Amino acid sequence: MSITEDQARKVAHLARIAVDDAALPALARELGSILHFMEQLNEVDVAGVEPMTSVTPMRLKRRKDQVTSGSMADRILSNAPDAREGFFAVPKVVE
Amino acid sequence: MLDHLTYAAPQPKVIQGAKSDWELVIGLEVHAQIASKAKLFSGASTEFGAEPNSNVAFVDAAMPGMLPVINEFCVAQAVRTGLGLKAAINLRSAFDRKNYFYPDLPQGYQISQLYHPIVGEGEVIVDMGPGIARRVRIERIHIEQDAGKSIHDMDPNMSFVDLNRTGVALMEIVSRPDIRSPEEAAAYVAKLRQIMRYLGTCDGNMQNGNLRADVNVSVCKPGDYERFMETGDFSHLGTRCEIKNMNSLRFIQAAIEYEARRQIAIIEDGGTVVQETRLYDPDRGETRSMRSKEEAHDYRYFPDPDLLPLEIDQAWVDDIAAAMPELPDQKKARFVKDLGLSEYDAGVLTAEVENADYFEAVASGRDGKMAANWVINELFGRLNKEGLTIATSPVTAAQLGGVIDLIAKGDISGKIAKDLFEILWTEGGDPAAIVEARGMKQVTDLGAIEAAVDEIITANPAQVEKARANPKLAGWFVGQVLKATGGKANPAAVNALVAQKLGL
Amino acid sequence: MTKPNSLTIAEAREALRKGDLTSIELTEACLTAIEGAGALNAFVHCTPDMARDMARAADQRIRAGEATAMTGIPVGVKDVFCVKGVPSQAGSRILQGFTPEYESTVTRNLWDAGAVMLGKLNQDEFAMGSTNESSCYGPAVNPWRGPGGTQLTPGGSSGGSAAAVAADLCLGATGTDTGGSIRQPAAFTGTVGLKPTYGRVSRWGVIAYASSLDQAGPMTRTVRDAAIMLGAMASADPQDSTCADLPVPDFEAALTGDIRGKRIGIPREYRVEGLPDAIDALWRRGAEMLRDAGAEIVDISLPHTKYALPAYYVIAPAEASSNLARYDGVRYGYRARLSQGDGITEMYEKTRAEGFGPEVQRRIMIGTYVLSAGFYDAYYNRARKVRALIRRDFDQAFAAGIDSILAPATPSAAFPLGSVDKGDPVQMYLNDVFTVTLNLAGLPGIAVPVGQDAQGLPLGLQLFGRPFEEGDLLNQAQVLERAAGFVAKPDRWW
Repeated sequence: MSITEDQARKVAHLARIAVDDAALPALARELGSILHFMEQLNEVDVAGVEPMTSVTPMRLKRRKDQVTSGSMADRILSNAPDAREGFFAVPKVVE
Repeated sequence: MLDHLTYAAPQPKVIQGAKSDWELVIGLEVHAQIASKAKLFSGASTEFGAEPNSNVAFVDAAMPGMLPVINEFCVAQAVRTGLGLKAAINLRSAFDRKNYFYPDLPQGYQISQLYHPIVGEGEVIVDMGPGIARRVRIERIHIEQDAGKSIHDMDPNMSFVDLNRTGVALMEIVSRPDIRSPEEAAAYVAKLRQIMRYLGTCDGNMQNGNLRADVNVSVCKPGDYERFMETGDFSHLGTRCEIKNMNSLRFIQAAIEYEARRQIAIIEDGGTVVQETRLYDPDRGETRSMRSKEEAHDYRYFPDPDLLPLEIDQAWVDDIAAAMPELPDQKKARFVKDLGLSEYDAGVLTAEVENADYFEAVASGRDGKMAANWVINELFGRLNKEGLTIATSPVTAAQLGGVIDLIAKGDISGKIAKDLFEILWTEGGDPAAIVEARGMKQVTDLGAIEAAVDEIITANPAQVEKARANPKLAGWFVGQVLKATGGKANPAAVNALVAQKLGL
Repeated sequence: MTKPNSLTIAEAREALRKGDLTSIELTEACLTAIEGAGALNAFVHCTPDMARDMARAADQRIRAGEATAMTGIPVGVKDVFCVKGVPSQAGSRILQGFTPEYESTVTRNLWDAGAVMLGKLNQDEFAMGSTNESSCYGPAVNPWRGPGGTQLTPGGSSGGSAAAVAADLCLGATGTDTGGSIRQPAAFTGTVGLKPTYGRVSRWGVIAYASSLDQAGPMTRTVRDAAIMLGAMASADPQDSTCADLPVPDFEAALTGDIRGKRIGIPREYRVEGLPDAIDALWRRGAEMLRDAGAEIVDISLPHTKYALPAYYVIAPAEASSNLARYDGVRYGYRARLSQGDGITEMYEKTRAEGFGPEVQRRIMIGTYVLSAGFYDAYYNRARKVRALIRRDFDQAFAAGIDSILAPATPSAAFPLGSVDKGDPVQMYLNDVFTVTLNLAGLPGIAVPVGQDAQGLPLGLQLFGRPFEEGDLLNQAQVLERAAGFVAKPDRWW
């Protein structure tokens, strides 16, 4: 399975990671070799096998409907690169 | 009574295009905020109107290392809603991640249920008139996280993010494309809202965004829809567009109208409708394309590895079912059957459960129709005029019931009762006590009434002549007697006596 | 006189209890050792003031007779654990400046037990790697050196933890293991590393790489120490939906030394093509030692073994691509400097390109790709089915009466830093060939130092155990440890 530069560019964008055009060929090659490595999985007969969803055999934990957190805007914002007037500030999102 | 065996479906709306007739096909995805104290996967509060970022737990802010744990009450609310929509409850469901980037989605994914939702197929019967209703099938309901809020107009270069709403539990109720007019669409949302308010599973506050709808609209030629229903083949229908985040019944109708005509114009012009997501602009009265969402289609759904599949017991579901309150359709049917109300009146009284409860308290042990008349015409009328609700009504059900008791006993006339209502509204108090204290009791002593009649007749010979000539003018005497008795004479008795004395 | 920082946890516990040593003395010895070990680049954020405060508090507890096994014991914490008020970056630039306002459950458990926090330890970025060379802090260096003094990798991703324990900078360290990241560095440094059963230890507050594979565990000098430290780290946790609601047994009490009648499986599929003679010989010797101790050695087959590596490299990156989406410059960590006219998309793309190292970027993109439309069934779903088969292989072996499985830990001894071809990621992935099966199956496993190669570098073996039976596993591991008698220490060159 080989990856084209265009596919590499699309994947990079889907992952929101900037990649220089010059770096695309190398990226496509690397991704391609990793995918090729995964193709061994096609040798396995998986007919009738359920995909493994959970490793721990137990009932999903539940919480009670109680307010046990929040009221700590300062701690929520304390690590923000840009916090203003109680909000997280980010460059304009165009709708 | 509205029984799905006996109602008829409404005729689909037909829009006349420039070249031919067109019909609409509409499906809705309604997002309803689950009424709960805490969020779906964290312990932060869901209360509206808090300071920015103050209803946020570390999990909601997607801090490194944070993990979700599910709020069982939210699951119960979804089950309750499913039961209220006569839907199948899936005892095994699972959570999937819907991955995309947006600043109000801190995790970079929304926890939702794509592959195995908690509720399966159900239905809603939407009244569209006497004997007419649209049966809208529900395809599924799933639980998911709500996103936060991004504010774009506080600054020219920056957007501001508030995560208070992030992680609040939502139910997404997906309908099949059974809706055929803008009016039906609005009525469907209103009906869902009513059912959930009865169940207490969603407060239906559309202004706050607690109930919103994504509306899918397409157009087709008459006959195509029937072909689609027979074959299940979507190619018989037109390309649909999705109008997102509608939070007003009025705008839902307007948006559908506009969108249908927009699509018809394109097709009749020889063009093709592009499948896309659109927003309704209420100021301009039109829908427009949301360009930024076009690339977001690859959500890369996969089962959330931080959560196990959700397994619930049939016994737990049965307990929820056993504790369900009476639903609007059931209550309305009961009012008609047991209290003899008209369908229309029963509908008005059951529109909101608080109103229905108030009415039942008034009607308990009394004549249902009289109670209905007073609640609808006097009470609701006055509440609407003053912008109040049942919760803030100055007159309680007990007080109103007391008024009705006095009428039934014959202690006061209908007209005096209205005066009494006014006193209760503005001053409060006990109806019987007020009547006693202010001497408002009806005069039923025939001797006294007769004396009053005789007095008026004696004092007005000219009128007597006129009345004998034209019996309709006897009413003048009745009015005069009532005035003379301060409105307290029993009108029926006055009428009879006047007629008798005048020889009519 | 043994320096205090060279004591094992068990020895220090005894000395503290007897009053021969105080925690403050022990802690100072570690802090001094750390100061002199900059060349190893094991500790990346030191917390000496916090350490001294905690040591003093521990000494009070010990004097009051309220000590537990870990009270007063100085430990290092892998950078991936969120420690309140201490920089926690998971070895990444994208978390530069991030100081958690909360404490991970594992470290909370350790501090409640009275352990002393020395500082944060180096690791591969976001736990993705087997050499600790992808860290934003620069590589950690193995205290063991190659011929001619070549600097070697301590392994990864818990390279800093392994190096610190091997160099006596701390008495124990926390690590995490997603594909072998505790066991392989332990084997490379001649130390003991335990990956508990998935769900034995809480993941809350551990910066996530791959949710269904990550598990925290102890890295120590002896098997007994691992038992002691696991006892303090493990707990049920209502905040982690994948953490089992099980009481924590007394793991140390399971160390009876008696493994007579235990049936230990030797999986033939682990005898991979090109397995170095030294590793093979070690493996056979290990089996003999266990047989001499009364165990029965049984040939077994785990037929889907060879597919574990490709399955892992589908599943782990897929989960990681989603888990790492939150690192976007909005709420914490690094945000790229933007140009005029840059909007939110540019902010995301530049922040993540500059904040994540190349290996992390690669795995995120692979993960994004395998989950994307059209490929989900071919890769991700298929890999999960293969995973079920790998688990089934183990279940069947255990059902047939096998108590544990003995296998090599690594395909070689520690190799020089910089020797893995950066342009060939697959080459590096092959390092995990013996370890990933366990993460996929969710089973517990431990690496024990057993011998040395021709260059004198440590070699270890792995034992895999039954789910939630770490006590039994530790017992067998201790027998192996005793029989192997590995006591070599690296020359102090730093």
